[in-house]
Amino acid sequence: MSRTTSTPPKQVHLAAHFPGVNNTTVWSDPQAGSHIELSSFVHLAQTAERGLFDFFFLAEGLRLREQNGVIYDLDVVGRPDTFTVLSALAAVTERLGLAGTVSSTFNEPYEVARQFATLDHLSAGRAAWNVVTSWDAFTGENFRRGGYLPKEERYSRAQHFLDAAFALFDSWSGDEIVADQAGGEFLSRPEVGTFAHHDPHFDISGAFSTPRSPQGRPVIFQAGDSEEGREFAAATADAIFTRHATYDDGRAFYADVKGRLAAYGRRPEQLVVLPAATFALGDTDKEAAELAAEVRLQQVSGATAIKLAEQLWNTDLSELDPDGPPPSFDPVVGETISQGRASVRMHRDPVATAREWRAKAEAEHLSLRELIVETSNRQTFVGSAATIAQAIDEHVQADVCDGYILVPHLTPGGLDRFVDEVVPLLQERGSFRTEYEGETLREHLGLAAAPRVAHRTTDAAAPAGAVS
Amino acid sequence: MTRPLHLAVALDGAGWHPAAWRLPTARPRDLLTAGYWVDLVRRAEEGLVDLVTIEDALALQSSDPTGPDHRTDEVRGRLDAVGVAARVAPVTQHVGLVPTATVTHTEPFHLSKAIATLDYVSQGRAGWRPQVSAGTAEVGHVGRRTSWTDPRGDDPAARQALVDLFEEAGDAVEVVRRLWDSWEDDAEIRDVATGRFVDRDKLHYIDFEGRSFSVRGPSITPRPPQGQPVVVALAHAEVPRAFAARSADVVLITPADDATAAAQVGEIVAVRRDAGRTGPDHVFADLVVLLDDDAARATRRWSQLEEWWGRAFTSDAEVFVGTPQGLADLLVARAETGLTGYRLRPAALPQDLDAIVDGLVPELQRRGAFRTAYEAGTLRDRLGLERPANRYATGGLS
Repeated sequence: MSRTTSTPPKQVHLAAHFPGVNNTTVWSDPQAGSHIELSSFVHLAQTAERGLFDFFFLAEGLRLREQNGVIYDLDVVGRPDTFTVLSALAAVTERLGLAGTVSSTFNEPYEVARQFATLDHLSAGRAAWNVVTSWDAFTGENFRRGGYLPKEERYSRAQHFLDAAFALFDSWSGDEIVADQAGGEFLSRPEVGTFAHHDPHFDISGAFSTPRSPQGRPVIFQAGDSEEGREFAAATADAIFTRHATYDDGRAFYADVKGRLAAYGRRPEQLVVLPAATFALGDTDKEAAELAAEVRLQQVSGATAIKLAEQLWNTDLSELDPDGPPPSFDPVVGETISQGRASVRMHRDPVATAREWRAKAEAEHLSLRELIVETSNRQTFVGSAATIAQAIDEHVQADVCDGYILVPHLTPGGLDRFVDEVVPLLQERGSFRTEYEGETLREHLGLAAAPRVAHRTTDAAAPAGAVS
Repeated sequence: MTRPLHLAVALDGAGWHPAAWRLPTARPRDLLTAGYWVDLVRRAEEGLVDLVTIEDALALQSSDPTGPDHRTDEVRGRLDAVGVAARVAPVTQHVGLVPTATVTHTEPFHLSKAIATLDYVSQGRAGWRPQVSAGTAEVGHVGRRTSWTDPRGDDPAARQALVDLFEEAGDAVEVVRRLWDSWEDDAEIRDVATGRFVDRDKLHYIDFEGRSFSVRGPSITPRPPQGQPVVVALAHAEVPRAFAARSADVVLITPADDATAAAQVGEIVAVRRDAGRTGPDHVFADLVVLLDDDAARATRRWSQLEEWWGRAFTSDAEVFVGTPQGLADLLVARAETGLTGYRLRPAALPQDLDAIVDGLVPELQRRGAFRTAYEAGTLRDRLGLERPANRYATGGLS
């Protein structure tokens, strides 16, 4: 395929999301493997690296989900520790970025900063941090610090947490270790790692244990979608992980967040916009459509349909027949029956949504399970490799996004065909790399080296606002 | 017949002598690279040792527990030890990996899943050395303690603070251990007929209520391959020894002579019995070692290190400078006190690790005091520790 202009096309960024603990992941398939053995993580990561992806992405949840007061047992349950599994993956990959989700609520900046600095050292510059906020007392019950953060303080804590972490990352400038064996000087100066950070959430000072890492600091991801989340991303993040994958929705989101950067003195290319995307890939478009329908039925078993309906109706529906009609009554308004699950918040007006769903079921003669299949997320891309490659490329060229974080529905082989069949077509289109050009994740993402931010220290020796 | 010994090697920076980084064999510019740690642990594995420990702290290295000492002639800066162990795990096969992680300012929930995950990525070779942080520097780094009494003094308040810190450490280890058991081994059922991935009756709330914190559970991470990864604790004094005897599977002590070793082993075994601990009573003695086939060369190298450092190096552990034969004599003889093994702290890395692997290990093997090959199995297997039953499993047929 040739292009009519000489301008090279915008480059597509791709990443691999390890299948999550939700019903997108089909564990019941005979091909589905372990969600905890290292071999599954290695398979997906090495597949992504073979496909020259930018990074591997790991989500986090710090309490097993519950519904109706008992542990939710229909989806995959159980996950590894983020840092530990990413450090292990650094041993079996060479260029792939390693992105981990780590809460700013149930951690302390000193500890998280040294863990990310360590991952960045051990991977030679491939670490990324998806900064999330948690606030629920439910998750807090697993932590000695406890609770719960008022909703209005979530982003304030996250921003202060990041400010504190940046002060720690920047406490070493990278030129301190000289290791002069003859002269006997290991350090070039006595004051190293000095930091002080004081704000309403954190009051910390001392010396940071871990010298500056290859990227300076990990690449920062932000995943929230609220007004505060978008501002937070515009102010601080290097990349944004969104749900806005479809054409019109994505273009609006993309324009919105890129438009916010100027206010922070940043250029549009300094924030990479990456929606999550699922796909059903077949030999032909028709076969892919059939596969997509089949997978959606696997994703929504009768039992899962009941549980997903309960999340909207907010009451016990266990007596309901999933092959019968949806509930004839309105959702229960009040304390949620579902704990530890972010998607519950998506039903912003449950009563109106339930009425819409009921009307749709009546009009289209759908059972409850069919209704849930119809109303739950469809695969973002369905088609042959050619169809999917074209769609991804066109979306990226049209500024729907800068690329996609692909969420396979099967562990660990769910990306195999994509890498073998779609990636070469993207390369033919000239919009995807044919080899890794950079060493670090920042380079893969087209981001400039991380600047050292102004030292937020009260030490008089470091002038306020100094940037080195 | 000599009883086979267990051997651990303690890895820290460029070695345990503060001037070790100046030796021509040292790699002081590589201390923050993966390659350095992979090389060290692979070397230890060539020596068939049971396990390596990796030192760590939530602070920059310093001779001053209240903050940086501003020295420029020693190694400063380090990596998170759990991260290092995890990075090394996929490229080693046999050796146990025992990172240090602080319990004083950290979350037991995070520690539990980190070590459980290390056990997965190493296929059953994980351990953990819980460390109490008694320094005030760490208090400032974390900033969450509303009150802090320095536990290092000799007054009643300091003694009570020390007791409290170790009681808190005991609670932290208890929480970590309960979380490891919070999933029964067969909790994941993948029952397609009912659509259930787990049997929730085999997932357990731990509902720990301690004096200073509570934790609900269950863990987010399934029970690790060993069931309970190996807990290793270093104890120099009575309060830490009581903690270590109650909470750890392997207790590290620092006796200066045979009589002290015998007394401390007796004390630890007694505490274990009182606490109802069963299985082998593993007590290892720590030794700082500098080895050379030529005793005079060993002494000269030690003198060189002392001269570079400008002071006499002292350690909590006994220092051995000499030949592998001499060290083998000491290790075999002192094991008569009831010690089951040793943790050797190489004075210089990688040089003294090489000497352990190439000199000491063959010497012990000749005496029938050390294995000649790894047998398959987990770190627990190697230490003769059974895979423990899950404390929450009812074991009954239902």
